Amino acid sequence: MKIRVTVLPKPSVLDPQGVTTAGAMKHLGWENPGRVRVGKVIEIDAPEGRPDEAKLHAICRDLLSNPVIEDYSIEFAER
Amino acid sequence: MRFAVLRFPGSNCDQDCLRTLQDNFGQTAEPVWHKQSAVSGFDVIIVPGGFSYGDYLRCGAIARYSPVMRAVAVEAKRGTPVLGICNGFQILCEAGLLPGALVRNRGLHFICRQVHLRLENNSSPFTCAGRVGQVLRVPVAHGEGCYYADEETLHRLEDANRIAFRYCDADGDISPQSNPNGSLHNIAGILNEKGNVLGMMPHPERACEERLGSSDGRLVFESLLGPALAATR
Repeated sequence: MKIRVTVLPKPSVLDPQGVTTAGAMKHLGWENPGRVRVGKVIEIDAPEGRPDEAKLHAICRDLLSNPVIEDYSIEFAER
Repeated sequence: MRFAVLRFPGSNCDQDCLRTLQDNFGQTAEPVWHKQSAVSGFDVIIVPGGFSYGDYLRCGAIARYSPVMRAVAVEAKRGTPVLGICNGFQILCEAGLLPGALVRNRGLHFICRQVHLRLENNSSPFTCAGRVGQVLRVPVAHGEGCYYADEETLHRLEDANRIAFRYCDADGDISPQSNPNGSLHNIAGILNEKGNVLGMMPHPERACEERLGSSDGRLVFESLLGPALAATR
């Protein structure tokens, strides 16, 4: 099973990478791309399948993201 | 006095700290490898700058789980002064020993240059040799030095006088122009509630000799040493 954790800067945190990327998108002809945020995806190839939900959230909260500045979301996929 | 200087894989300012403490201040300073689970018997613990664990995931995110950091938390609770510089500041925030976080510089550039700092609190063990309003010239070298905390945390820091240093200009004026990285409230260094943990992005250990461009960083170590320094002279 694949577990995909997406980590993005909180809306309240200035994201200079997102702002700069939006600027480059405008240069490429997309006049109003709106708000762009740059984060990261952590892909976990879990051989034992779905882990304990509480443990996974604890790992997302304590390690994979920093709740002061980031939000995370979790997706599960069979492969 | 006995100083511990932590060393993580990727630390690169540990030698600067050891050298300045030994050569400039005549103190006992020892490296402590991050895998050690005890850091007792030291008067001060320094978490130095660098790129611990290659800054993987987030700056300081992995170092905070090193065995030594559990011992640092115990020592901090006991009142031992803990000084985090640059990556050390990031690690202390990740570890929850200081509030807030350090994010990518507003201008996206890695900044490596001298900045001016205004001393805002001289009642901590790291700043007691100075006076409020004093301007120091100390270098910064970071890509993720923009201090962020939510409004409530910022109020708490301001109200309790826990901001140790702010970025300013040569005259001590605090403005957006004197803010190199976009830090909220121009914050360059903060204290924990008890005042025995300081995190700062600028590098005082790189500013302890005139031939390095400034000796203003001495203030932090002279504050920590206090009477101990006089005794060695």
